[in-house]
Amino acid sequence: MTARTIPARPEQDARPRPVPWRRMAWVTWRQHRIALAGLATLLGALAVYLWFTGLQIHHAYAAAAACHPASSAACQNALITFDTTDGNTAETIATLLQVVPALIGAFIGAPVLARELETGTFRYAWTLAFGRWRWTLAKLTLLAVVAAAAAGLFSLLVSWYFQPFFADGSRIPLDPTLFDLRGSAFAAWTLTAFAIGGLAGMLIRRVVPAIAATLAVYAGLAIATALYLQQHYMAPLLTGKLNVPAAAWIVSQWWTRGGIRLSQSATNDVFQSVIEKIAPVVHSRAQKVQVFTADVPQYLYQHGYQQWTSYQPGSRFWPFQWIEGGWLLALSALLIAATVWLVRRRAA
Amino acid sequence: MSMNVMEASGLGKRYGSIWALRECTLAVPAGYVTALVGPNGAGKSTLLNMAVGLTTPSAGGVTVLGGRPPGSAAALDGIAFVAQDTPLYKNLSAADLMHLTRNLTRGFDQPYAQTRLGELGIPLNRKAGRLSGGQQAQLALTLALARRPRLLVLDEPVAMLDPIARHDFMATVMTAMAADGVSVLLSSHVLAELERVAGYLILLARGQVRLAGRVEDLLATHRHANLEQLALAYLRETPVEVAK
Repeated sequence: MTARTIPARPEQDARPRPVPWRRMAWVTWRQHRIALAGLATLLGALAVYLWFTGLQIHHAYAAAAACHPASSAACQNALITFDTTDGNTAETIATLLQVVPALIGAFIGAPVLARELETGTFRYAWTLAFGRWRWTLAKLTLLAVVAAAAAGLFSLLVSWYFQPFFADGSRIPLDPTLFDLRGSAFAAWTLTAFAIGGLAGMLIRRVVPAIAATLAVYAGLAIATALYLQQHYMAPLLTGKLNVPAAAWIVSQWWTRGGIRLSQSATNDVFQSVIEKIAPVVHSRAQKVQVFTADVPQYLYQHGYQQWTSYQPGSRFWPFQWIEGGWLLALSALLIAATVWLVRRRAA
Repeated sequence: MSMNVMEASGLGKRYGSIWALRECTLAVPAGYVTALVGPNGAGKSTLLNMAVGLTTPSAGGVTVLGGRPPGSAAALDGIAFVAQDTPLYKNLSAADLMHLTRNLTRGFDQPYAQTRLGELGIPLNRKAGRLSGGQQAQLALTLALARRPRLLVLDEPVAMLDPIARHDFMATVMTAMAADGVSVLLSSHVLAELERVAGYLILLARGQVRLAGRVEDLLATHRHANLEQLALAYLRETPVEVAK
């Protein structure tokens, strides 16, 4: 066998033009089309369900709202029936829909890198001329955009579905159980779940554990946001009046006497003693509500007590949506950047 | 002939407290099939993974194709790598894999790939996972050669193959070498198949280079009749590996 010389190549080979970004489009589609079909099936099936049950809800609400005269007992009953029966269905659906972004993140985001690392195919993909950090960035970005766009479209339908419950006032605009399903938040949460999945896949390198980790981290973040973060997006308003605006999302409430805040137990003691004074015998549930929400507070206001309420007004729905969408978008970009960085300087 | 396809100086890789490779200083000249020989765990895969940029060194440095950093755009462009156990996407067909590779490389020689797969009798629409081991290896090799690389890196390419598939695989490598002048760097712990093909030898044991040079020269200097005897003589000097 004779050794052969390597033919001289032009100098530009030392710094080759990068392979165009658009080439990743077909590759991403071909490798993830089953996952994307799964996404389309999940959202499509839910959309069909929401569409048909949503039509029923809208009809039921239209019928109850058209009732005349509106103040009559029959009409009030129709609205209450609507709120309880259809409201219960809607409540269940709202809970189920909270899981959708997590599923998308876990089953589409987590395998992107975990499967390559688990099966060893990264040794093939990452030694092609496209380059591994560009491969990672292109793939994650493409899939993230597709998932977020699909979720965004889907959440338009969700917003329409729940619309009657906002129209009849049984839900406030900032209702915490529905806030993440509407506006820009649903797409943003889906994007975040996907980005968490991508990073988990890179760190854990195995598909199933990465999926589990994605679900856990997403749940933790979503719960922490709902419990501790959302109510602080903007400084709450404060009122010392008994009548808090109807659309307000109440952050906290407390009583003062002579400017000094009462503890919860002290407040309970005061209420108890006032009830014994002004309404020692309560005959019905309706009367009990009346005593608690009107009679006792009135009495207390006349005797130097005051109730304070910090709240988020309903008009802040869109500012809150943009704040939540904004920080989730920034977090997602950061997570994807971290994933790309890890791939780029990965030491196997 | 002046170019070295791989140069390493003081190259080392540590996993935890264990050095998989250490103090590796080498220059692999272009124009040869270079055989990287050593027992399992000698550091062969580690060295190759660093050469193709999948692993970063813990010590020293390595360059490829005349001074390029591994993993750089210029290096990726000129090197085709077939990893151990040919990890192809098992759920993609040969045609899809061709299309994928063409999309992610420059100058992919589609006619060559199609002709070659036709000669091999590999159906284009069959998923890679349903091909035989020999066919998968040939498919991976065909995809690598269709990139028209200047250096072909093969990690244990024939370890899992039966003798006939082994022979066919090496025949494809040798044909490409003769036709295109591609340099080949392959690792193996099976010595028999290397006898006829290797022009340059690197012997690794326990993470260190024991011997490196042109096969002709090594055989002449060390007075062994063939590569196998030569390698065994050197490996026997390190009893730990023989026990394996």
